[in-house]
Amino acid sequence: MSKTFDVIILGGGPAGYVCAIRCAQLGLTTAVVERDKLGGVCVNIGCIPSKALLHSARVASIIKHDAAALGITTGEVKLDYKVAMQRSRQVSEQNAKGVEFLMKKHKVTVIRGSGVLQKGRKVKVGDDVYTAGKAVVLATGSRVKGLPQVGLEINKTTVISTDEALMLEQAPASLAIVGAGAVGMEFADIFDAFGSEVTLIEVLPRILPLEDAESSAALARVYKKRGIRVLAGARVKGAKGGKTGVTLEVEANGKTESLAVEKVLMAAGRGLNVEDIGLDAAGVTLTDRGFVQVDDALRTTADGVFAIGDIAGPPMLAHKGSREGVVVAETIAGHRPHRIRYDNVPSVTYCHPEVASIGLTEEACKDKQLAYQVGKFPLTANGRARAAIETDGFVKIIRDTKYGEILGAHIVASHASEMIHELVVARENEYTVDEVDLAIHAHPTLSEAVAEAALDSLGRVLHT
Amino acid sequence: MITKVVMEALSPTMEEGRLAQWLKKEGDAVKTGDVLAEVETDKAIMELPARGDGILRKILVGDGETTEVGNLVAVIAGPDDDIAAVVGQDGQRRASEAPATAARTAPAVSPAAGGEEGARIKASPLARRVAGEKGLDLRRVEGSGPAGRIVKRDVDAALPAPAALTAPAGGAEGWEDVRLSQVRKTIARRLTQSLAPIPHFFLTAEVDMERAAEARDVLNAAGDVRISFNDIVVKVVAMALRQHRACNAWWQGDTIRYFHDVHIGVAVAIDEGLITPVIRHADRKSLRAIAEETGRLAERARARKLAPEEYTGSTFSISNLGMFGIAEFTAVINPPEAGILAVGAITPTPVAHDGTVTIRRRMRVTMSCDHRIIDGATGARFLQTVRRMLEQPLAIVW
Repeated sequence: MSKTFDVIILGGGPAGYVCAIRCAQLGLTTAVVERDKLGGVCVNIGCIPSKALLHSARVASIIKHDAAALGITTGEVKLDYKVAMQRSRQVSEQNAKGVEFLMKKHKVTVIRGSGVLQKGRKVKVGDDVYTAGKAVVLATGSRVKGLPQVGLEINKTTVISTDEALMLEQAPASLAIVGAGAVGMEFADIFDAFGSEVTLIEVLPRILPLEDAESSAALARVYKKRGIRVLAGARVKGAKGGKTGVTLEVEANGKTESLAVEKVLMAAGRGLNVEDIGLDAAGVTLTDRGFVQVDDALRTTADGVFAIGDIAGPPMLAHKGSREGVVVAETIAGHRPHRIRYDNVPSVTYCHPEVASIGLTEEACKDKQLAYQVGKFPLTANGRARAAIETDGFVKIIRDTKYGEILGAHIVASHASEMIHELVVARENEYTVDEVDLAIHAHPTLSEAVAEAALDSLGRVLHT
Repeated sequence: MITKVVMEALSPTMEEGRLAQWLKKEGDAVKTGDVLAEVETDKAIMELPARGDGILRKILVGDGETTEVGNLVAVIAGPDDDIAAVVGQDGQRRASEAPATAARTAPAVSPAAGGEEGARIKASPLARRVAGEKGLDLRRVEGSGPAGRIVKRDVDAALPAPAALTAPAGGAEGWEDVRLSQVRKTIARRLTQSLAPIPHFFLTAEVDMERAAEARDVLNAAGDVRISFNDIVVKVVAMALRQHRACNAWWQGDTIRYFHDVHIGVAVAIDEGLITPVIRHADRKSLRAIAEETGRLAERARARKLAPEEYTGSTFSISNLGMFGIAEFTAVINPPEAGILAVGAITPTPVAHDGTVTIRRRMRVTMSCDHRIIDGATGARFLQTVRRMLEQPLAIVW
């Protein structure tokens, strides 16, 4: 095997493997160094398997709550997390194989092992040293982390991360989830559906703290109704562990309570994989927040070394990393790609109902003292949502008062993850709320609520 | 017969003109060659002649309005000709620029197409709205989006800083928003074109002007034409350029054009900015001729009467701010020229001379060089020649 490539990419996750494909398309000889499975966290222990489990949870919920109304009589409904988990593993494996196929198809060399960056665009894997003629791209990603300072070090039995949660053979009787961001919210949904008694603990004043306050409030209502205990503005002060469970000391609203659970799932923050990859020696510096320091073309401080994905800075999302991979590949090939609009990266939480957003929250508009109008349309007024018993949620569009620019959009809906892209495209192309309305929306669809929210922001809503 | 009157390109660099004043009014009979209006171009006030006979039936661009070269400004026709179609065409174009209908990309006139219905402007709806609101012509904006599409950030960048941000809320402090004159627009466009893409470097020399001052005193005492220090600098620089061909050049992208003749552009301040009349063959002209010509051109420049050939074609430029007491400054290259010399004030300065400290009249000159044409040593050698000749002004008569 040749040891010289145009481009060597450290990490075969959604940033790295997409970068590799684009490099290959542009005629660059490319290698990906991967120590585990291709596809990274996303495909193997993140985005993809959790969506498989969420689908199980959603179907279970429909059967439990809506079957009778839908005219379906069922016998006793039994849930088996192990079967659901095994199916999710198959989905992951299919996707990982898909990535392997893509590497073969594009003649990208996959080097198995842990890559260590050396000076002068070289990468050491085991005893072999590979040389990149044009560039090395760092795409090593991130991993779960615990909270050792309060006694919540991940022990993989009673204090677990998503890595373990995705492999459990049965749902725990009780589960505390620390962190109510996207990950915490999704696992709360899954384990609630599979019968666990779930307590969701968030240190910030509301769940989904990065989303619009109305989205947070809507999900808090839905979760409480489903019996998920939501503790926002709550701090874990300490944890005592035994073989069969953990007792947490949680302080909320000035009171401390003790919470005994079978397992604790850590879903607060992620650690960056920037250690042991030779950054120091190669002259790659980190920011004070621990990300790899990059310029606006994603160049690190070392000549010919780029960084993409989670290690290159927030938001730590697969789709943001993939786009960075494409842009860096084009930069290496001497193109001048369009710069990434980091203010136009959609954010999605796949719990039920889903929460999706783009742009600014209403609070951020207030903080920036922008002149804005809010348009909102509830799904209770949408025919398609009623037909599917999916009326929880709304579409909210925040537009600039003067020009109608879409400053932000927030959707809570069963298919918010699919609906948000209309507004991503609108913002990318600088369509205003007028163009969103002018585009004819098929009837009946959930997406009509998007057009209605645009209209509502103009004071012309039709169906409420 | 219907004759369209369009904004004509009355100078080589003109892209739009301000219709300063109509000299004919609607209903007047006009003949080919009659002066219809005065037009302020980027350089001067010029006359817009009639290109046909008939009656000035319709004026579409009023006094003081600005329009692109090639745009319809009036219609000459016979008394019974139906001009609705001609006028209507233009009306449609105008409507397309109005903010309310901006999204309906009606064809806009492209300046390059000289009045033909040109390519539509690629711009986002938001960019159109902001531009419409602020009265910004999108054809003036360079797009940075996919395939040159104009997006909001391009419009923001093309707009002057918002007054709201600079003005206090109470409105206690006064300001005035002055529309850019054609001259100011040209200066802005040309000089931005210069500084950004040209790799500039700067060389400064201090010149002893004692002997030049003595020579000037003698000449001015004897002659009827008053010779300025600037005239001496023009002459010396022109002669030095003859020896340093590398500095007497234009950057043309794929080629560098080295000139055999020396034409010096002399920046002249006028009320609305500056203009650079050209002293042709300055190396071959006497000091007296240069002084006379400079005086005449400067006067015409201030009266905005320069003909295009009087301000184009320079091979090197000189900018002098000495009369404002500026000791030293750097000037922005007038592209495609290779360099410009910035001349400071002549200042009595204590210097070591013949072993003692004496007060001597000294002058600082700074040359801005386009590094693509002139290398450091090349520029330095040229400047050395300029300095030597100024310090030994007899060199002028060689």
